[in-house]
Amino acid sequence: MPDSALLGTPAAAGSHRPAAATRRRPVRDRIRQGAWGWLFVTPMVLVLGLFMALPILMALWVSLLHWDGQSNPFTGNVDFVGLRNYRDLIGTDGLTRTLFATSLRNTAYYVLLTVPLQTVLALGLAIAVNQRLLRGRGAARTVFYFPSVTSSIAVSTVFLFLFQGSGSVNRMLSWVGVKGPNWFADPRGVVWLVLGNLGITDRDHPGGALARHGVLGLSWADWFSGPSVAMCTLILLSVWTTSGTFMLIFLAALQGIPRTLEEAAALDGVNRRQLLRHVTLPALRPVLFLVLTLGLIATWQVFDQVYVMGKGAPGNTTLTPAYLSYSSGFDNADFGHGAAIAFLLLAIILPLAGLQRWVLRERGTKRTRKGARARG
Amino acid sequence: MPTSRTLGAATAACAAVLLAVTGCSSNSGFDSSAPKQSSSGPQSLSVMIATSGDAETAAVKEATAAWAQQTGNKVTVQLASDINQQLGQAFAGNKPPDVFYVNSDQFANYAKGGSLYAYGDQISDASAFSSTLRDSFSYNGKLVCLPKDSSTLGLAINTTLWKQAGLTAADYPTTWDQLAKDAAKLTKGGVTGLVTTPDYQRLGALMKEAGGWITNSDQTTMTADSAANKQALDFVKSMMAKGSLKYASDVDAGWGGEALGKKKAAMTIEGNWLSGAMKADFPSVDYTVVPLPAGPAGKGTLVFSNCWGVAAKSGHQKAAVDLVRYLTSAKQQLAFGDAFGVMPSRTDALASYAQKYPDAKAWVEGIDYAQRPVTIAGFNQVLTQFNTDLQSLRSTSPAQILGSLQRNGGQVLGNAR
Repeated sequence: MPDSALLGTPAAAGSHRPAAATRRRPVRDRIRQGAWGWLFVTPMVLVLGLFMALPILMALWVSLLHWDGQSNPFTGNVDFVGLRNYRDLIGTDGLTRTLFATSLRNTAYYVLLTVPLQTVLALGLAIAVNQRLLRGRGAARTVFYFPSVTSSIAVSTVFLFLFQGSGSVNRMLSWVGVKGPNWFADPRGVVWLVLGNLGITDRDHPGGALARHGVLGLSWADWFSGPSVAMCTLILLSVWTTSGTFMLIFLAALQGIPRTLEEAAALDGVNRRQLLRHVTLPALRPVLFLVLTLGLIATWQVFDQVYVMGKGAPGNTTLTPAYLSYSSGFDNADFGHGAAIAFLLLAIILPLAGLQRWVLRERGTKRTRKGARARG
Repeated sequence: MPTSRTLGAATAACAAVLLAVTGCSSNSGFDSSAPKQSSSGPQSLSVMIATSGDAETAAVKEATAAWAQQTGNKVTVQLASDINQQLGQAFAGNKPPDVFYVNSDQFANYAKGGSLYAYGDQISDASAFSSTLRDSFSYNGKLVCLPKDSSTLGLAINTTLWKQAGLTAADYPTTWDQLAKDAAKLTKGGVTGLVTTPDYQRLGALMKEAGGWITNSDQTTMTADSAANKQALDFVKSMMAKGSLKYASDVDAGWGGEALGKKKAAMTIEGNWLSGAMKADFPSVDYTVVPLPAGPAGKGTLVFSNCWGVAAKSGHQKAAVDLVRYLTSAKQQLAFGDAFGVMPSRTDALASYAQKYPDAKAWVEGIDYAQRPVTIAGFNQVLTQFNTDLQSLRSTSPAQILGSLQRNGGQVLGNAR
């Protein structure tokens, strides 16, 4: 990233001070400089330590306990079980593992569909409202941003009504002769639903042989079922609510692209698609990374819509790890499992963010570095 | 070098803060020793309730205020929107309310965790409470808390639809066969004969009627995969296949009462909370409640209740128990019954309730043969999964559902030992 190169510059310059100066007041100077540095960062270190690092460490400790949430987990007489909570979640055959695998399956589909959709939609909206020729741009921006500032609980409740079996959505579908499903009560996976309707698979026993084998206590038929109809509405909801925020981020970045770039491209005679592909998108790369990362993290942690709309129902197909973590703790009085789920979730998100960073890395590194140095 | 030093410093700082905070918390945050009891002078009690509506809130506030005035103490009533979460947080933070509702599904968790003050032995007339409910709120053979009220399931019938189908009061079903026949007759147009919610809190009654239940009577072994339970679910499934039984979500209703009120259901299986809801939301719908039809093993229904928990960490236990004694007195239970339709948990008060509300006869009589809820620590997840599986009863076999319930429950029971 060019930014980190810029940040690095002053420190690099500092270490290259004339040797004579360093020799004159070598130790005292360095200690004083260090002390002032520590003094200035102390408030932030304390705040971060107290409200982030410390709770994380405490949760890590809880994830190694069998803790019912009704005693002090930091005394000697706790039920230390080592990695048993983690083993229950990924090793031992049982309800805990099946539920966790189900929640992973659900969320994987949720992430896989939500992140690309919301990013593309947000980018499209941002490009649309960035047009200078568009009338009422301000109004359009406000309208698109509106879902993002509305409480997700309120939006979820409205969606519940819209997607009832006899709700507005199904009534609208019936105008064009389509009989909509009972959205939030439909646990069928869309993959088997579509294949079943096409007559490729047996409707009552989807998956066939795939249903007999599986991994993590969930059959392959379940893994490949796709998101349920209910989950699709959740995906729709989150794409609708979050694209406004990301549109704003893209818009800010779009306005930061120098006009000269576009003019130069225009002189070269590119059409609109080429402009998007070769000028706009490369310029947006850091922002794209930001949006994708934020989207990825937020979608893996989805909780409030699930809490409002059905707590995992129908058929556990909207169960997510974040909600499972909550219900293990507060409903099942097993905070150890809840904390372990949270750390397993972290172990999924971190590599994914790393992978994504690698995919979106700056290519043609040499030129960029030279550019950064020239600017610095 | 500088990096490793910084890292070292950061680790040391973290460790110091960690020690400081956890050290603090073990001194004041989570104290496991018995709390200091204050017994002299006016006391200030906090009561946390999960209310069913304004009527209940007002009634509880009024009752606690009356007690406060009588005794010179002070009571504040807190309304919980998510009582499991709020109580869990309060227990962990060592600041629980003094008196609170305990749901039967959380009772075992709290009792096992030592959060409940077992005051049963201080109640001289504890035997006046229904024995089934006393069993529900006993842990290790000791009565821990007093049941607040009671609810049982009955069969609610829309009398208008009943007459339209050419049926009379003599046809009210008393056996499963009659139930299936009546439901089939009532199913036509937009009406389904029997609508209920896919959970063991309703369908479990049929399991009981067939002579089965989820566990044995003292909750030490699972009996989920018994032939009786399978027979009950097979019966439900057969009605489903004929279209005369549907789940509430299939007819766009949140629960059986809504389906009954919207005339989408001719019959539903619900408890006495139904009467309040019908009065408030569907006052024009005529209905009657009869006992659930008997199955192969006789009559059966389920009983539900909350209890008045007193916190083990409360500093006002004496006053708190006194408040509970007041709130569970026959007079006060009847007042609650008048205010928001709950049935008393005392047998003496129940008799006067039955006289006053003859419509609730079927529910009141159910107490005698009702099955109490499952109260096993850590069992919530198992029962939630059972409910989830029941949703797909149409497409899965009862044996499969009961088999996984047996397995999941067995694991919890095995771990508990």
